[in-house]
Amino acid sequence: MIGIIKYQAGNLASVSNALERLGANFIISDNPDELEKADGIIFPGVGHAAAAMDDLRSRDLDIWLKNTKKPVLGICLGMQLLFESSEEGNSNTLGVIPGRLKKFDATKAKVPHMGWNQFEPLTNHKLITGINNKQFLYYVHGYYAPTNDYTLATCKYIKDFAAIVAKDNFLGVQFHPEKSGQVGSLLLQNFLDMVKEGKTVNS
Amino acid sequence: MLTKRIIPCLDIKDGRTVKGVNFEGLRDAGDPVELAQRYTQEGADELVFLDITATKEKRRTLVKLVSEIAATINIPFTVGGGIKSVSEIEEILKSGADKVSLNSAIVRDPDLITRASDAFGSQAVVAAVDAKRVGDHWEVFVKGGSEPTGLDALEWIEKTENLGAGEILLTSMDRDGTKSGFDLELLAEVNKRVTIPVIASGGAGTIQHCCDAIEIGKADAVLAASIFHFREIEIHDLKKLMAKNGIAVRTLTT
Repeated sequence: MIGIIKYQAGNLASVSNALERLGANFIISDNPDELEKADGIIFPGVGHAAAAMDDLRSRDLDIWLKNTKKPVLGICLGMQLLFESSEEGNSNTLGVIPGRLKKFDATKAKVPHMGWNQFEPLTNHKLITGINNKQFLYYVHGYYAPTNDYTLATCKYIKDFAAIVAKDNFLGVQFHPEKSGQVGSLLLQNFLDMVKEGKTVNS
Repeated sequence: MLTKRIIPCLDIKDGRTVKGVNFEGLRDAGDPVELAQRYTQEGADELVFLDITATKEKRRTLVKLVSEIAATINIPFTVGGGIKSVSEIEEILKSGADKVSLNSAIVRDPDLITRASDAFGSQAVVAAVDAKRVGDHWEVFVKGGSEPTGLDALEWIEKTENLGAGEILLTSMDRDGTKSGFDLELLAEVNKRVTIPVIASGGAGTIQHCCDAIEIGKADAVLAASIFHFREIEIHDLKKLMAKNGIAVRTLTT
């Protein structure tokens, strides 16, 4: 059973449709106790970092999320909020992964970074089994995460940024697997398999 | 590398795909969900659905259609056509659309762009602009191209960016449905002025037209309808030739 975090910034319909297509069982909830009963968590996100954090805090989801030991997959803003802070609304975010989100330099190229791009894996990981640097995923974001020790794959747009991150039981992807055709479905299936096998995400 | 996007556009009337020439004379082009599925499989990068139904039942049927599309396809899609308020936008996005395209409503109420982008993020707000050459400049038209606004298209487009639009869907009314090529001059002028992505629309007739929109017009994406609906150009062939011309495109690996 997958728990999808329900809050204002969630692209809930897209994520639940994608899981439906994969035949996965899931619940959509904003209740930490209910979510904690799931085997794995998907943390969706679209929109503004500060507004999303306010909404998570108002439902006590922030504290639960930081402390859960369940495998968590953050998507887009959900991945970004795993970091410590963001230039977007000068907000403090969850702080699971060190680093601050920065805005792309709009004098260098079009912002947001919108469309299909690739990623360059830095290590092997179960999450990206069967996916390589030739395949495309759908990105849409105006802020980017810095690369650091927890970067699993990078993407290049204006500069290198973190496309996939992993720390302990937390995983995050900057692109939208639920909107990335067959390649995105494969990545979501990999996450479902990891949850099913009960493997710690960071193994 | 970020690729240039190919976007088939489906005009929807009473639940069917239709296509007109110069905004008039509609032809039936099939079931929108089936077409959407076909385009997704053929390698479309994104889809745009514009509802041109004018009845009171419109909203309910559109929301139902959006839900069906979202359940079926796994690439991003935009929905537009008569959307006027933040609550209508919310309904469309919650049904599974990724972006809404706003046209006449933002000319009447420019602040709607800001309210919508504050609520859902600018990435979800597409400012659709129908521009027609009038004398030495381009003018914005609304209501499906039937009503002049007196607004200068270039100034209006800059304003939509400043108000919070995340993307521009730029349609040349002079070229729409003519298959005589995109208005490259208009595209290039717009791209000089904005830093958000611009989708070129109106006039696609050949593969070369699409390459020109990107190479000369500096468009980030190319939108077309009839050439895809009636299989005059296959998306696969289009992308293959674009790649040959050195344009970065997404290819499907199986």
